[in-house]
Amino acid sequence: MTATFETARQLAQRTVVDPRYPINTYTLDPLWVLYDRILRIDSADPDDPNRDRFYLSKGHGPGSYYAVLAAKGFIPADWLDSVAATESPLGAHPDTTRVPGVEISAGSLGHGLPLGIGTALGLTAQGIHAPRVYVLIGDAELDEGSNHEAMAFAGAYGLGNLTTLVVDNHSATHGWPGGIASRFTAQGWTATTVGITDHDGLASALTRHTKAAPHAVIATVED
Amino acid sequence: MRDVFISETARLLDDNPRLALVLADISAGEGRFAQAGVDHPDRVINVGIREQLMVGVAGGLALAGLRPIAHSYAPFLVERAFEQVKLDFGHQGTSGILVSVGASYDWSEGGYTHFSPRDVALFDTIPGWTVHVPGHPDEVTGPLRAAADSDESVYIRLSNRRNAEAHASPDGKLTVLKRGGQATVVAVGPMLDNVLAATADLDVTIAYAATVRPFDTQTLRELAGTTADTIALVEPYLAGTSDHIVNAALTDRPHRLLSLGVGREDLHRFGTPDDHDSWHGLDPAGIRASLSKFLSV
Repeated sequence: MTATFETARQLAQRTVVDPRYPINTYTLDPLWVLYDRILRIDSADPDDPNRDRFYLSKGHGPGSYYAVLAAKGFIPADWLDSVAATESPLGAHPDTTRVPGVEISAGSLGHGLPLGIGTALGLTAQGIHAPRVYVLIGDAELDEGSNHEAMAFAGAYGLGNLTTLVVDNHSATHGWPGGIASRFTAQGWTATTVGITDHDGLASALTRHTKAAPHAVIATVED
Repeated sequence: MRDVFISETARLLDDNPRLALVLADISAGEGRFAQAGVDHPDRVINVGIREQLMVGVAGGLALAGLRPIAHSYAPFLVERAFEQVKLDFGHQGTSGILVSVGASYDWSEGGYTHFSPRDVALFDTIPGWTVHVPGHPDEVTGPLRAAADSDESVYIRLSNRRNAEAHASPDGKLTVLKRGGQATVVAVGPMLDNVLAATADLDVTIAYAATVRPFDTQTLRELAGTTADTIALVEPYLAGTSDHIVNAALTDRPHRLLSLGVGREDLHRFGTPDDHDSWHGLDPAGIRASLSKFLSV
């Protein structure tokens, strides 16, 4: 059976530990689009050096992430029924050493983009030019200073094999007046803003990069 | 020591295509790593004055399968970016090499902002790090080459302070320089010459450590057994940093331990590194005074 977005949505519901607190599924849309249409990653060969890399930097509430990994065959679906249980490999933040398909351990904000830059540089340094590195961050995570170090450097360096996907659900305490895309373009990135539930729009935005600059996709949640 | 580190790292970059170097402007200029950057533009990366990014990029290089070295002034490499040190290597299932300069107060005119006496203590709060504290330029190359060839997380603490001669054992064990009966005095890295001067006429064993994590507790136990389990540690960083290791190694035996090192106080003073040795009781006279009191001699 080929998994669909609806499959992933139903799997995500299985990660809900307390029904009073349903998971935030807004990241399910871009995660699904990434794994279904964009990322060249094979669950049967998850260590292929030529695979694309996806770093979920915003590791909070990873139910949608686990659901997509299950839908795409990286982890067994029954793992979703015991998230954060004593022996469960699935925590409230993902752990790369315990979950097949999870590329980085996340939880503390502001680590994924610097790690992604290092990996993008490291692949190029080894002559591995096919893969792209995708990093998903949140608009509130963008507050972290380490991201601004990363944005400035990657833009100035012209790091052409890096894409940052910013999920903007307007949760940054002081907001981003003028929008988030301008923060990236001012520093030499290309950037596209798209509605977060527009799967075709997301897929298009996620392929609109050049080879000369890092690319940002800002996926906005409608209020 | 920094010159040895730079020239040896440049050679290793030539020979080892897996090795990469990440800088944050420190040591990036002419006469430092500028030529290595020209020779290996893909593997020598200067991110500018961005230490969090420097360590994170090193972690990302490790995830890509490279062997990263990150290098800067000790307080910026270890303290400013400590969460990156904590999360971007071992927690990711990877490892890296960190090499610092500046030590506890090498640039004494620079003051407290450039002092890093607590770096080794910080590494004791996270698992798996090997720590080298060379006391002579000739003690830099061995640990650096070994680190480049390994998959361990390694911190190398370079300093302008140095002993007259190199004594480090290549296997990271304590080097015994003198045998006596009243105490086993362990001198770490650049502290050795001050310890030798302070103890010339004392009946003590002198052991030298240039590798402090893992600490050679086996030799320490043997030596302490010949000096009534009386031990003095003289460390060039925060006093008491290695107490927990010595105490754990001697849990089964009554023992006495004197810990000398850099104090916690922010002295708000400049002067020379020798001045700071004196203010922290780490000059020969200060070490002698502490030992005389400890040993009642």
